Amino acid sequence: MAIDMRQFHQTFFEESLEGLAGMETELLRLEKAAADNGHDAVAADPEILNTIFRAAHSVKGGSSTFGFDEVAAFAHVLESRLDDLRDGRSRPDRRVISLLLLSVDCLRSLIIAARTGKDVDKDAVDGVRAQLESLESENAVPAAAPVMPAKSSGTAHWDVVFRPHRRLFHNGNDPLRILRELSDLGELKVQADLAALPTWEQMDPEACYLGWNIELIGPVTRETIADVFSWVMDDCTLEVTAHPVQSLAPRSITEAVASMDAHADTLRVSVPKVDALINTVGELVITQTMLSQLTTNFSFDNLSRLFAGIAQLERNTRELQESVMHIRMLPLSFAFNRLPRLVHDMSQKLEKKVELTIHGEQTEIDKTVIDRLIDPLLHLVRNSLDHGIEPPAARLAAGKPETGRIELKAYQKGGNVVIEVRDDGRGLAYDRIFSKAVERGLFPASANPAPEEIAEMIFRPGFSTAEAVSDVSGRGVGMDVVRSNIRSLGGTIEVASQPGSGTCFTVRLPLTLAILDGLSVQVGAHTYILPLVSIIESVRINPEQISRPAGSAELYGLRKEYLPLLRLYELFHVEPRSTDLAQGLLVIVEADGKKAGLYVDDLLGQQQVVIKSLATHYRKVEGISAATILGDGTVAMILDVTGLTRLAHASTGRGPVPAGDTFTPAVTPTLN
Amino acid sequence: MQVARAMEQKELSSEEQFLTFRLHGQDYGITILKIQEIKGWDKVTPIPNSPAYVKGVLNLRGVIVPVIDLRLRFGLPEAERDIFTVIIVANVNGRLAGIVVDAVSDVINVGAGHLCEAPEYEGQENREFIKGLAQVDGKLLVLLDVDRLVNPDSLDKSTAAAPVAAAR
Repeated sequence: MAIDMRQFHQTFFEESLEGLAGMETELLRLEKAAADNGHDAVAADPEILNTIFRAAHSVKGGSSTFGFDEVAAFAHVLESRLDDLRDGRSRPDRRVISLLLLSVDCLRSLIIAARTGKDVDKDAVDGVRAQLESLESENAVPAAAPVMPAKSSGTAHWDVVFRPHRRLFHNGNDPLRILRELSDLGELKVQADLAALPTWEQMDPEACYLGWNIELIGPVTRETIADVFSWVMDDCTLEVTAHPVQSLAPRSITEAVASMDAHADTLRVSVPKVDALINTVGELVITQTMLSQLTTNFSFDNLSRLFAGIAQLERNTRELQESVMHIRMLPLSFAFNRLPRLVHDMSQKLEKKVELTIHGEQTEIDKTVIDRLIDPLLHLVRNSLDHGIEPPAARLAAGKPETGRIELKAYQKGGNVVIEVRDDGRGLAYDRIFSKAVERGLFPASANPAPEEIAEMIFRPGFSTAEAVSDVSGRGVGMDVVRSNIRSLGGTIEVASQPGSGTCFTVRLPLTLAILDGLSVQVGAHTYILPLVSIIESVRINPEQISRPAGSAELYGLRKEYLPLLRLYELFHVEPRSTDLAQGLLVIVEADGKKAGLYVDDLLGQQQVVIKSLATHYRKVEGISAATILGDGTVAMILDVTGLTRLAHASTGRGPVPAGDTFTPAVTPTLN
Repeated sequence: MQVARAMEQKELSSEEQFLTFRLHGQDYGITILKIQEIKGWDKVTPIPNSPAYVKGVLNLRGVIVPVIDLRLRFGLPEAERDIFTVIIVANVNGRLAGIVVDAVSDVINVGAGHLCEAPEYEGQENREFIKGLAQVDGKLLVLLDVDRLVNPDSLDKSTAAAPVAAAR
């Protein structure tokens, strides 16, 4: 019985992609080692090259086992070059390493193409392969092994199912003639179908009982095949289908790499995590047994034991929840691994010297967070490289070491994961940001804002101080996107900078997306959950601080700024306990860099809630991000502050709206 | 209370089973294949700024399910909730929705021969929800198209619907 190999494909793809990521990391290490130790790098640490070699070898082995010939052929060439390096026939100079890195990209796109069934840019792949092969001839070493031929794209592979009707012979047709004619078209495999053959006694010698399954490989079209059968068309059932093969046609490599993330739909979990889960379930079962024994013959003497049992059940449940959550956790190295390559390529392009150090890549975070963290992280590092780190000459002039440093640090702090991206570059140009902000009317020219307030400006949409727009950065899209991406993950981002000595971006993320720290607030009979990340503070309302400028929403003067006052009961059209502002509380919230005051009846308390989608069975509701289930089994809505400001904007709809995209005053006036 | 698993609905072949329920004195039927379960009336959490007939959402064993009041959907006066008030949980292509009705009555078989088209009326806004009419024991049964009833697009329409004229 044949084994269906497809069941292993997914594992092969994942392992190969992981192997390639490892190869990339090791290649970068090799380059660094080569720079440090000269040409004896390979001898100095043979393990680096061995690791690369093993990865290439398992990709080759796997791909030929599963019939991904293109991948295997490419991996074979790559392996030969690595062999040359290992045996000292060639040297790991910068050019060779760059080419090897490029080959890793090619292999990755080939594997992704095989996985998605999409096409790959054949020219680019062939180009890299040609370069790899030419590298060999330069080194004047005889070829190690023949390269597997890639399938030529001109031929087609057809499956033909030919079932003549019984009376085929009556019209003078001969199926053999048809088969012979087909064999002229290309390589032919024919199998006769004897299923319809009756017993000897019942057989009519003048009827055709046979059918044929034909496989035809050759440069033919469907029409050509149909032509062969044209005489018998009315006397048979005929099916001509293309043989299911993966065909590879042009597509850009970068595109394929980009689609890689979209396909991360399986999760590899370490065995200890599963063991922990099983242990917890075991304990849960024991507790459950204990409780049911206790309740079958219940007397009040056992009351204390019952309470103890319930407490244990509670603990087990919490542990179970934690271990299940843990299964979704992955180390941040999955996101960080992409960065060394980026720094390598970009520093070459910008002609800067940069050293990237990574700490705490073992910190674990929810898989969904990782997937969506990669882009903002790439952007932050790119930003540090382009804007932060100075060119070597400028660094020396400033009395700093020639090589710049970018440091990535991740650690867990409470229920959050903190990621710091720190560089020792030139820092934020506060004066330039300030003058730009004044120019754009974000500050009055006379204002004297604190450095943090100025730094905050870089997160504004369309804000850029770069004089020249490069292909790396400077278009002013970016930091605001980074911030909104991180916000969408329930996190925050801050920047701190010391002019001349560097900038540090601090990203705080929740450990998981499935659970949210919230504050429950009450409006009339309703309970809503407000995400803690969007709350700044809550204050008692002083009626004297409320102003109602003509043609504008209500404003509340808090210390030195005016915030729009949103009455939640108005936005949601529910009955409040009181419409008198002095009776309730104002929760100061922030979304997209804009603050607002949210009027609620009362605060109920802080709690963690499990996020449940509202859109699965209903639809998205403005002002609501999701729902959750409270301890008593009722459903509560989780508020979406951005949506609430939009809602307020739509419902008031009155008054001139400042240039910003909400009614929040773009200029925060200073109270005297 | 699992009544039936929602399955791919077959064509109105020889006979089909319908769950019948009462609403404002009239009998209605929904194909049983689209019904996941029936549960008693339970307090729901209102969804802000939704049409009046979307009463809110319900926690159905950890799943958040919207609940539609069929009386309000059809523009009928709202009724007091009593012990007969039930929520029929429909499963249409994996989407769940609860439908509040006055009371469930029975499961009946309706043969294709007993079905007829709903007559055309002027200003009949609810006609889109009616799949057909059937005569059962001399009484009129209005068969509803549950797909349309719980379709999220039609849930968006916040217009108050006119009474079901065909029901009389």
